[in-house]
Amino acid sequence: MQSTAGTAIRSLDVERIRMDFPILQTQVNGFPLVYLDNGATSQKPRSVLQTLERYYTTINSNVHRGVHHLSQEATDAYEAARRTVAHFIHAAGPQEIIFTRGTTEGINLVASSLGRSRLSPKDTVLITAMEHHSNIVPWQMICEETGARLKIIPILDRGDLDLEAARRVLEEKPGILAITQVSNTLGTINPVKQIIAWAHQAGALVLVDAAQSIQHLHPDVQDLDCDFLAFSGHKVFGPTGIGVLYGKEKFLDAMPPWQGGGDMIRTVTFDKTTYNDLPYKFEAGTPHIAGAIGLGAALDYLQGLDPASVLACEGQLLAYATGKLSRIPGLRIYGTAPQKASVISFNIGKLHPYDVGVILDQAGIAVRTGHHCTQPLMDFYGIPGTVRASMAFYNNFNDVDRLCQGVEKAISMLN
Amino acid sequence: MTINETQDELISEFEMFGDWMEKYEYIIQLGKEVPVIEEAYRREENLIRGCQAKVWLHAELADGLVKFTADSDALITKGLVSMVVKVLSGHPAARIAEADLYFIDRIGLKEHLSATRSNGLVSMVRQMKFYAMAFASEQTLPKS
Repeated sequence: MQSTAGTAIRSLDVERIRMDFPILQTQVNGFPLVYLDNGATSQKPRSVLQTLERYYTTINSNVHRGVHHLSQEATDAYEAARRTVAHFIHAAGPQEIIFTRGTTEGINLVASSLGRSRLSPKDTVLITAMEHHSNIVPWQMICEETGARLKIIPILDRGDLDLEAARRVLEEKPGILAITQVSNTLGTINPVKQIIAWAHQAGALVLVDAAQSIQHLHPDVQDLDCDFLAFSGHKVFGPTGIGVLYGKEKFLDAMPPWQGGGDMIRTVTFDKTTYNDLPYKFEAGTPHIAGAIGLGAALDYLQGLDPASVLACEGQLLAYATGKLSRIPGLRIYGTAPQKASVISFNIGKLHPYDVGVILDQAGIAVRTGHHCTQPLMDFYGIPGTVRASMAFYNNFNDVDRLCQGVEKAISMLN
Repeated sequence: MTINETQDELISEFEMFGDWMEKYEYIIQLGKEVPVIEEAYRREENLIRGCQAKVWLHAELADGLVKFTADSDALITKGLVSMVVKVLSGHPAARIAEADLYFIDRIGLKEHLSATRSNGLVSMVRQMKFYAMAFASEQTLPKS
């Protein structure tokens, strides 16, 4: 078993929690796995894995149109998962929860459907300089199609938004603001609630990219007052291939369907098709039923943990790792905003992040290296990429110690 | 030495290494040696885009043999690249085009050829084969 360091994290029994995640017991390259790539995807608790198996072994069936027993069971479980999601993010109701493939699909849905009906050549779409490519490219595409302009809120050197500049560009009355709540590369937590209020005053609709914040901050859509929010199941301890788009009912209702097909229709004739009600209007084709039910199980698991303890535990990990990494000569941390999620991006002198990542991998440590799908952000710092360690509540101090030992090893081998 | 003789030599060299660190220290050492490409060829049009590490590759035909030079901005990639260059460079185009690069797998570095590595090595090997095929089709080949 790992050192007792993990149990030193107060008020969350990390060692017991680690036992809930079978993959954390595996060996990689002869070493116990140190998994610090939670920003890319999170590991799954046993309850999610069991839910998936139970679904396929006991109720697998297509939803919504089946009259038979299994189809009703599957439909009930699928719709219960939708209610779990609605409850988790404090949506007004399950009709505001659309199951997607992931964050990217949710953003594309809004960009296409809302963008096409709302944007014209005199309009502006506003994003920030720290967005993931998934929250840049869909807007570039819809701007190209509608003639709208894309404008960028700049960031400051330590990796937080230039709020003065944000206020200035919001005065230009953009049609849509799309903003990440937590930067996947830097870990910066953006003051989205404040910015949403400003954006609403300026008449903009706001989409929040919650891909990175969902597992750390448990966003409350009514408190934030965002108009749309998108996240991925796999980043919040659920299965891959399932995601959620939240939208305020009045906006989703007014938006035209995005994809056509089964389930999203009410009646079809060759002359005219009428569309189904929310949320089915936006769920064309057979959905990822098992994935949605698995996501529900993941959120149930998370709700079984005390959110304040989880946040405190991640905060302690971040502080410990930041302190320890900072003492390594030549190591520079990118992203030093005062409000950060447990994500640390760094480089060491002139060492290529790829080389560092390969050495860490040999030592059984999983980190991400490269541009993290944020090339404009890399251009801002003038670097090709970083090494990124992203931590979850199941990481412990021993994981951070192993990371630091691995980094020291990489430095001695590569210099 | 033939392509396969060079590969076999590399394989027996790697058999002497006790653990992953010795193996990677050797590769890193190869990567630290003087650039294997002339500065003039370290330019945009010779760049093979991997996801993370940049790889430059230049090929030329001299006296019926293909000469490769290459470089990378990452040391480990550069070490791997220089091994591939050592194996394939200086051979007739037709031999390179048909070569089976088995040494990477045999020295336990197969993961560097997987798609997820995105280190440019896979693209570089493919590009080397394309050069060889192009040169081979230009040449009047002796009967093989």
